[in-house]
Amino acid sequence: MIILRLAWQSIMNRKFTTILTILSIAVSAMLLLGVEKVRTSARTSFINTISGTDLVVGARTGGVQLLLYSVFHIGDATANVTWKTVEDIKKRDEVKWIVPIALGDSHRGYRVVGTSSEYFKRFRYRRDIALQFVEGQKFSDLFDAVLGADVARALNYKIGDKIILAHGTGPISIGKDHGDTPFRVSGILASTGTPVDKAVHVSMEAIEAIHIGWETGAYTGQDNKKSVDDLRNMDLSPKAVTAAYIGLKSRMSTFSLQRWINTYPQEPITAILPGVVFGELWLMIGNVEKVLLIVSAMVVFTAILGMIISILASLNERRREMAILRSIGVKPIQVFALFTAEATTIAFLGVMIGFFGLYSILFLIQPFIENLTGLYMDITLPGWNEIKFMVMIMGAAVLAGIIPALRAYKTSLSDGLMIRG
Amino acid sequence: MLSEQNDKPAIHLSKIDFCWGSVSYDFRIRVKDFQLKKNESGILVGPSGAGKSTLLSLICGILRPQKGITQILGENIESMPDSQKDRFRADHMGIIFQQFNLVPYLSAIDNVLLPLYFSPDRREASGEIQSKTNDEAKRLLDALGIASKTLGMQKAATLSIGQQQRVAAARAFIGSPELIIADEPTSSLDEKNQTEFLDQLFKQKDATGASLLMVSHNKHIAKRFDRIIELEKICDISVKKEKVK
Repeated sequence: MIILRLAWQSIMNRKFTTILTILSIAVSAMLLLGVEKVRTSARTSFINTISGTDLVVGARTGGVQLLLYSVFHIGDATANVTWKTVEDIKKRDEVKWIVPIALGDSHRGYRVVGTSSEYFKRFRYRRDIALQFVEGQKFSDLFDAVLGADVARALNYKIGDKIILAHGTGPISIGKDHGDTPFRVSGILASTGTPVDKAVHVSMEAIEAIHIGWETGAYTGQDNKKSVDDLRNMDLSPKAVTAAYIGLKSRMSTFSLQRWINTYPQEPITAILPGVVFGELWLMIGNVEKVLLIVSAMVVFTAILGMIISILASLNERRREMAILRSIGVKPIQVFALFTAEATTIAFLGVMIGFFGLYSILFLIQPFIENLTGLYMDITLPGWNEIKFMVMIMGAAVLAGIIPALRAYKTSLSDGLMIRG
Repeated sequence: MLSEQNDKPAIHLSKIDFCWGSVSYDFRIRVKDFQLKKNESGILVGPSGAGKSTLLSLICGILRPQKGITQILGENIESMPDSQKDRFRADHMGIIFQQFNLVPYLSAIDNVLLPLYFSPDRREASGEIQSKTNDEAKRLLDALGIASKTLGMQKAATLSIGQQQRVAAARAFIGSPELIIADEPTSSLDEKNQTEFLDQLFKQKDATGASLLMVSHNKHIAKRFDRIIELEKICDISVKKEKVK
């Protein structure tokens, strides 16, 4: 106990250098824990891009590719799924709901998602959060469009604005666009931090309507051009979808329905469990996090090095102190313990200040980060990894503290009561 | 404490042979026989670099001689393991250095109390419970001319050299150890402070009945001691001269 008291008073005696050392450890711990927090938040955010959807179904392809185009709207589907198949799946007892997704068009670089009104009810992100409208509402007319938050912000759209969709998905429309069928912005969604923010949503029927004359893949309808009113009166039942999100009555039936879909005889289709494929995808793209962690670990290493240097630098001027302690019966091992206790205290304070500093900063800037990047950082109790990192920094500092402690031990042993040299 | 050893001398060095290094030594000190009796005060005089501090380290058990027996208060400290020697030193010896005697970041009172944390015997002798040991530390400081209520609370580093030496003396005397070793404690003090320091040192020595061995260059103060011990007379010291290439 007295050793701890001496360690504390010795630390307090060198307040200025100690505070700087503690701060450097705190900043490095904050950085490491911050990177870990961002990493886990990004991972959670990524994996929870879509939640509440038990299966995603699309034309036969790899799971990652299906997930990329159906949820992230990256790349294109190799084939569509016929509406009949969607109807067949819908008829299954296990299925509670099915939301179709039709991709292939864009608006000024943003993907257009053809879907049903149910999409706005069923789509969930993060932990079961439903989509919210900041303005307007879902489609009430054939040519209504609902914009994701980023689209509305970047293109400065308001409710009632007219937008024209382009055929194809490139940033610049090549060839003819759907200029004869302008859409009206009927609603703007709140920011979600998911690909929904970067999508323009229209109804399935609207997708059918604007593609009349495009059946071959290129526009051939010049000779038989339809007016908007003609289109409203036509049968616009969807004939095909790109993918569909499926919600089940019971999760117990997930695998059996997946098997049924994967072996569906009329059409080659694939069903994936989004959570599982998200995990696979994260493994592929998650290497950046390792680089960040390595950089942070190096910063921690530098801070600990600074601590050793500051203790070592004080060692010579403390030889007299060690001789005094030896004269009153302090054993060399207790001198060792004193120096180790100092390093441990400095490391402990550094890590704790880093931890609480990080959470205080997170608490203050969390809403800004979410607005700015869409990254939601949940402020919860520290995860196992964070605790592990804190223990590791402490452990590394204590181990590093052994270097000056060992020198102090040897010095106190050789100096005894006399300071020589 | 070592009551059963009352008839034994406080210090008894016999056939001590110590050299720095093992085979080819630079400095060698041999003591045939040296004793300091109980309650006796001795002043050890000798030229600088002659080996006085080495002799004190041998007596304190910090250095281990290659040969010979060191008995302190009747106990052969050579036979003790290092940790036991540290404990023995904490229990039975109070040590005062030439200067920089105090842990700079502790208050004067905390410096005085420090040995008690490492010696249960001395803690018991000075009152066991915290309030009593505090009272004893204050009493000693006051007795040595350091106002415990004011200077006692100050950090050691803020005290003058003279004040620090008195605090060091109070630390050496707390818990009434049987042997006080002082290594030139007055060398950095002016004459007035030297006299005051020695007055108080002897007053405490007489009050506790401790033996005192003090190293000094100052022969003027020698008359205050029971014995003058000339280093050359008790030790055979040889210094190996450096070879000129």
